[in-house]
This record gives sequence, C-alpha cells and structure tokens, in this order.
Amino acid sequence: MAIIEKRNSVDFAFSLITALASGVVVLLILGILIVLVRESWLAISHFGVVKFIKSTDWDPVKENFGAATTIFGTFVSTVLALFIAIPVAIGIAIFVTEISPNFMKEPIGIAIELLAAIPSIIYGMWGLFTLAPIMSKYIEPALKASIGAVPVVGILFQGTPMGIDMLTASVILSIMIIPFTASISRDSFNLTPAVVKESAYAIGATKWEVVKNVVLPYSKLGIYGGITLSLGRALGETMAVAFVLGNNHQITTSLFNAAATITVTLANEFTEADKDLYLSSLFYLALILFIMSFIALALAKFFLLKAERKTSR
Amino acid sequence: MADIVELQAKNLNFYYAGNVHSLKQINVSAHRNTVTALIGPSGCGKTTLLRCFNRMHDLYPKNRYEGEILFENNNILSDGVDIIKLRSRIGMVFQKPTPFPMTIFDNIAYGLKLNGISKRSELSERVEKALKNAALWDEVRDKLNVSAYDLSGGQQQRLVIARALAVEPDILLFDEPTSALDPISTGKIEELLVQLKNDVSIIIVTHNMQQAARISDWTGFMMLGELIEYDKTDKMFTAPSEKLTEDYITGRFG
Repeated sequence: MAIIEKRNSVDFAFSLITALASGVVVLLILGILIVLVRESWLAISHFGVVKFIKSTDWDPVKENFGAATTIFGTFVSTVLALFIAIPVAIGIAIFVTEISPNFMKEPIGIAIELLAAIPSIIYGMWGLFTLAPIMSKYIEPALKASIGAVPVVGILFQGTPMGIDMLTASVILSIMIIPFTASISRDSFNLTPAVVKESAYAIGATKWEVVKNVVLPYSKLGIYGGITLSLGRALGETMAVAFVLGNNHQITTSLFNAAATITVTLANEFTEADKDLYLSSLFYLALILFIMSFIALALAKFFLLKAERKTSR
Repeated sequence: MADIVELQAKNLNFYYAGNVHSLKQINVSAHRNTVTALIGPSGCGKTTLLRCFNRMHDLYPKNRYEGEILFENNNILSDGVDIIKLRSRIGMVFQKPTPFPMTIFDNIAYGLKLNGISKRSELSERVEKALKNAALWDEVRDKLNVSAYDLSGGQQQRLVIARALAVEPDILLFDEPTSALDPISTGKIEELLVQLKNDVSIIIVTHNMQQAARISDWTGFMMLGELIEYDKTDKMFTAPSEKLTEDYITGRFG
C-alpha cells in the first residue's frame, strides 16, 4: 500500500504545482485590472464614463481630458492596418502553399518569420527615416491626385502629405502584422487534405478555383485565428507607431493628418504627467485599451466558435 | 454491345520524383461500357497507373511519364493536352469520401459551374439527375441545402460519385472506393457501379479480389510495377494463364 500512497502524494503535488501556475495567470489579470481601476479612479469620478469617452478634449494645461481622439486613432489605425495586411498575408499564404515551387517555400517561410522577429522599435525608426519621406514625396501625392479626386472616398486623402500621419502609421502596422496572419494562414492551408484538393482537380477545377472554393473555406477558422492575433497586436502596438503618428489629439477625416492612439499617448505623456488628474486620466486610457482588447478577443473567439460549428457540422 | 476501346495505355512507363521507376512497360486497355478492375498486392502500382489516366501526377513536381495513353485517338500524355478539360472527361473517385465544405446541392453543382453551367433551372435538373444516377436522391431530396458533412460515410461516397457523374464524363476512375466503408454501403456502391457502366466506362482499383470478380468485366493483375496479366474477368479467375496470377488469386501470397 505504501507504494500507492507515495504515488498519490507525488501526483497530488504535481497537480498542485500546475494548478498554481495556471492560477498565477488569472491572478495577474485580476491584479492588473484592479491597479488600472484604482489608479484611474480619480479621473473616472471626475469625468464620468460616457463623458470621458465622448469628449475630444485633451488639454493638460486646463486639465480637461477625454478619450475620443485616442480611441478614434487606435480604431482607425488598426482597421486600416488589417485592411492592408489581410489581402497581402493571404496572398503570401496561397503562394507558399499552392503555387510556389518547392525550393522557394522554405526561404519565404523563413523570411516571414524573420519579419515577425524584428523588434518594433526598428520598424519605428525605419518608418521615420525611410518610409515617411517616401510616403510624403511619392505615395501620398499620388493617392491625393488619384483617389483624392473621387467623391466620398476622396475625403480620406485631403490636405498636405506630411508623411508623419495616420496612413504611414497604418502601413507600418500592417507590415508588422502580415507575418502573423501569413504564417497562421499558411499552416491552416496546409491542413486542407490533399485528397479533397485532388478531387476538385479531378472534376476539372483550376488552381485558382481549388484555392477559392476548397482551400479557403476549409481554412476559414485558421485565417480568423491569424486575424485575431494580428488585431490584438495592432491594438497594443506602441513603438513602431509612436515614431510616425505625430501624437496629435484630433479627429479628422483625412489620413494625411497626424493623430494619436492610446498606446502612443501613454508612451509619450507618462513622463510629463505632473498632476494627479493627468496621470489618472492616462491610467483611465490604459483601462479603456484593456477593455477594448478584451472585447476584440472575445468577439474573435465568438466568431471562431461559430465558424468551428459550421465546418465541423 | 460493340466492343470499343475507350482508353489504351501503350508502353507506359512512369517515374515518381527522384526517378523511381514505378510503372514498367504497361500495355492495357479499357473497353467502353465495361468495368475494368486493377488488382495486385500493395505497392504494385495499380493506383499509380490509375492516376496516370487523368494525369493526377501532374499536381506534384518532377513526376515523369513515358509512352502513350490513347483517348479518342489522342495521346493524353502529350504537352498540348488541356488537363483541366481532360479531367472533366475522365473523372475520379477516391478511397475516402471527399465532399467539399459546401451543401449537398453545391457539392454537385460545383463541377457543373466549373464547366460553365450557371442557369439555376439547369443546375437543379442536372443535380437531381446526378443524385438519381448515384442512387442517393431518395435519401437527400429533402435536405439538399444541408452541409455534405451531415451525410454518413457511404452517402458521402455516393455524393462524390454523383458529383463526378454530374459533369457527364466518358470514363470514371475509382481508387478503392469502398475500402473505408461498411459492408452494406459497399454493397450499394458495387450495385451502383454495375448500373453505371451503361453510361460510362469504369476503371476501378481494388484490394478486394471478390469485389473485382463480382463487378468487373476485365481484370488486370499487377505486381512490382508490371502488368502481369490482363484478360476477361471470367477467364482470369477461373483459368489464369500466368502462374503468378494464379498464386495471387488463390491466396498463396499478397
């Protein structure tokens, strides 16, 4: 009997350790949430919830703060980055899995992973010194002259192309999230059973038709997963964007204007926050970002579950 | 019924990537409105041979054919052949059911759409006809818009057969179509194949010798990449000319 007892106690210790390790994660999340709420309490009680979110003021001198401009900046840069990144990433994944000859698959895969490994501050520096001048000199004037003249969409491309603006920031952000979406899409494309692809070929489908009607529907789930990860990363990305966004608290329709995101505001202004209400308002912004990321992830999970049910049933 | 040769391989050699000589000097033909069975031990090349007939090997790099496969007096191995068109004339059904991630209706309509049919009324008509030909219509007529994954394995396999039939091919290639199915579903598929030969010529690879004996008109016995014997099924299973064939059929090896 002694042997059995001993095994049980080892087992128990093992279970306890793993449970503790998992518990730490939950505790950490709760702890961060508590700190954020406590530190931002002053601002919450001073400005309220709806008023703070709706207010476009950000005036450290008069101590008048609102989150609307930074929420707008975060939202627009993320959506625009996803808009640019998703087609490119899926294109890469299709090329690597279905089209490129074997000898090219490995190098392209490695290049994608390297892109993901570059620290974000390097993206920021590259954006400031290389991309921003290119944007202001060539790309943005060209966009202004072409799409800028079109009604409705045109309002996105008005004003002086400065290079330090929402568009440049979104382009950098999109380059940063392409590797995530691309490598996860590639992995899920590879999960499509060869025999299902073959049977599409066997009734006379072309490569494009097989990708469109068999591979893409089959990998929907994985692509959503990749986009989720990208979304999370884009919402929270700070350094790359800080260099080229201009940190200007305003809401404008043109993408050629400087803007501010929550993360960039936090990074730039914590050292300047000399008053309690200023500091507390920054914590309030952080709390809002926390909740935004949480909602984004929850939404994505919801879609994933739905997609899963659809494909498995 | 006139005896017309539908498909004929002449001195066919096939090499997988890396120069693996997998088919050696194959000469075989498939006759119109008959079932031709290819039997032999695992790794003998029967599936490899089957996949030459619709050039499935082209999907993977560095595979190489030598010799000829004649279909309507054209060598389908020549460079000028439109493989996409070829595959709509010579269909294929695989070991495991391979429904697409779509509804039952769309699974069958898919191939039709690929071939340029887009009128809703014509699509419904052809889908219904294909499902009837594959003996599946009565089981699915009320649920054409549910996912194909909701069907049982045997039903899925008949759906896949219907999908292949819908584009009205001249030849259907079957690669062990019942090996993943239970005996009842297998029986249904075998029955179906015998009926289908009125419309299409059938070439079937099977592991199951009884199956070959039950449903085929012609049988080819393969071993180590070579076609050892090819003859009418009745003769093959009663009086084979080769010693190897006899040994295999009587269960002495394999």
